[in-house]
Amino acid sequence: MTSSVPPAPTATSTHASASASASASASASASASARPLLEVRDVRKTYHLPRGQTLKAVDGISLSVMPGEVLGLVGESGCGKSTLGRCLLRLMDVSSGEILFEGQDITHLKERALRPLRQRMQMVFQDSYASLNPRRRIGDLLAEPLKVHPGPDGRKRARATIINRLHELMDLVSLPVGALDRYAHEFSGGQRQRINIARALALSPRLVVADEPVSALDVSVQAQIVNLFADLQARLGLTYVFVAHDLAVVRQISTRVAVMYLGAVVELGETDAVLHRPAHPYSAALTAAVPRPMVGAVRAAPLGGDIPSPVARPAGCRFHTRCPFVQDRCRTEEPVLRKIGPSHSVACHFPLAEG
Amino acid sequence: MTAEAPPPPGPWRQAMRGLARNRASMAALAVLVLITLSCVLAPLYARDIARTDPFTSNVAGSIMLDGHEVDIMQPNDNPLHLGLSPIGPTGHAAYLLGADSQGRDVAARMLYGGRNSLLISSCAAVLCLILAAAAGIAAGFFGGLVDAVLSRLMDIMWAVPVYLFAISLSIVTVSQGLKLGPFVVEADSLLIPIVIIALVYVPYAARPIRGRVLALRQAEFVTAARCLGVPRWRIVLFDILPNVTTTLVVLGPLLMALSLLAESALSFLSIGVQAPAASWGTIIQDGEGLIYTRPMVAIAPGLAIVLVVLALNILGDGLRDALDVRDAARRSS
Repeated sequence: MTSSVPPAPTATSTHASASASASASASASASASARPLLEVRDVRKTYHLPRGQTLKAVDGISLSVMPGEVLGLVGESGCGKSTLGRCLLRLMDVSSGEILFEGQDITHLKERALRPLRQRMQMVFQDSYASLNPRRRIGDLLAEPLKVHPGPDGRKRARATIINRLHELMDLVSLPVGALDRYAHEFSGGQRQRINIARALALSPRLVVADEPVSALDVSVQAQIVNLFADLQARLGLTYVFVAHDLAVVRQISTRVAVMYLGAVVELGETDAVLHRPAHPYSAALTAAVPRPMVGAVRAAPLGGDIPSPVARPAGCRFHTRCPFVQDRCRTEEPVLRKIGPSHSVACHFPLAEG
Repeated sequence: MTAEAPPPPGPWRQAMRGLARNRASMAALAVLVLITLSCVLAPLYARDIARTDPFTSNVAGSIMLDGHEVDIMQPNDNPLHLGLSPIGPTGHAAYLLGADSQGRDVAARMLYGGRNSLLISSCAAVLCLILAAAAGIAAGFFGGLVDAVLSRLMDIMWAVPVYLFAISLSIVTVSQGLKLGPFVVEADSLLIPIVIIALVYVPYAARPIRGRVLALRQAEFVTAARCLGVPRWRIVLFDILPNVTTTLVVLGPLLMALSLLAESALSFLSIGVQAPAASWGTIIQDGEGLIYTRPMVAIAPGLAIVLVVLALNILGDGLRDALDVRDAARRSS
């Protein structure tokens, strides 16, 4: 039901091109009972380098995230998935495009205007240590969002309310209450990530962007944290954008997956479809690279070469330099993301699977 | 960790424990405490031990040494007994370190002078740190135009040799005092050297603070705070400031040492502490003329300065070692 073509915004956006919103509203009648929690329209993040070069970290991405779903963003390092994650929460400014949260265009909101919205959109960072101030107690860190935002009644939260909430949060992420009196360096990576999750959830957000939250953890701890994410999502009805480079992690938690390559989404669809019947050769290569616990399992040949520099992006299809099925058309003509099934899109001239 | 274990001490307490294990720092601290304490007790020393008034000249006076009455100003040893020299170190409570050219007790003046020297240098260091923290944090955190203006201003100040800068500021203010609207600062006020010394060392301290803040601004926990919707003033106060306090604490003793040297230099040139008040710098100046006959007058305050500056540097080093949280975490794990 959701696709790369975004359903119409309920709030009229003030500065979209007229044709774009016209075509969007045409598809809206056919689509969507619920409106997306987060919508991304043709977002670009371009860095200008010396000597006139440009680095397109995010190169025209459109996505929508429905309430209650988990969108997995996968791709190699350097493909722009973390940059996109940060742009979504306006921790970075985008170069062009629009970001709509709860139907409201937040692309150009000032920091101050954004602040009340921050209660409903949060982030969990990759580096669990760097994202916790080493000089403050965990209790102070977790209380910070509760202190700076007014309570549900619109007034400052009372001290007792905050302490209660802190205990709830510790319970939510299965940490002892005693942890509140300690400092970040006293915890293991997994515990610290639990603290980060607790902080992100302090204000009961609707959307949580998790930026590779487990990739810095020991493998044994990764599963626990992913399970915690999944458990919290089910209990609290959260919506995640879950950035990862590990397909096993994404498979475990995502309802939909967006595969990114060199700053663009090359395939988007239900987790099962993308991981078991990948249509894009790049997705196929990624899934083939996951080791299978089977005797005699044959592993596909790994992709040759490195991800090209985003400064000198290949012409035509961005993947053609590494694609095992490359044809002449791929070298000249850039494929656009198109539907190959009700909820499956791919940016490939010659997709490996239909639907 | 278990829930039952008492929370371990915070990073500050841990750092202090680390410092306590550092013998050199503890020795330096002991020296500093001893010197400060004796300077604080200067009036008691002058009244009850040396029994002298260190601020009035006493060229005609005499004291009793071992039952003999001895003139404070004595004829010189040269064959013609030309001229007078103040009495040298007596080895007694009175005039322990001898007298200066005006017949005043050098030991008592040392203690009184130490009060001024230490007071000026510590106040200057604190004031300098406050100014530098404000400038460094503003420049580092807000960047852009604020940074450009503040940094260029510092560069300009930094381009002028510190002592020349301090001397030129002092000459103006010491000769006329300072009138800023309702605030009138007398020419002999200690505020003048304090403010001047603090001012000239601001670039010295602000630069490392700015650098630290530049790095902190990019730190993930600052991004996390922004993501939580924490206002900027709270980020500065609770995320940036606590993480530069270590830098401030380490800079403190070093700045105090620099300030002490600057104060002595200014006082030596008669543009710091004004007569009849004393500081170690003015006593060295008193001793300059007596350097061949009564070297102790210049050596004693010189030694005091060296001792304090050395102790402050050792203490600063010890603090730097003790305050590195990451180090502390590494040590304990």
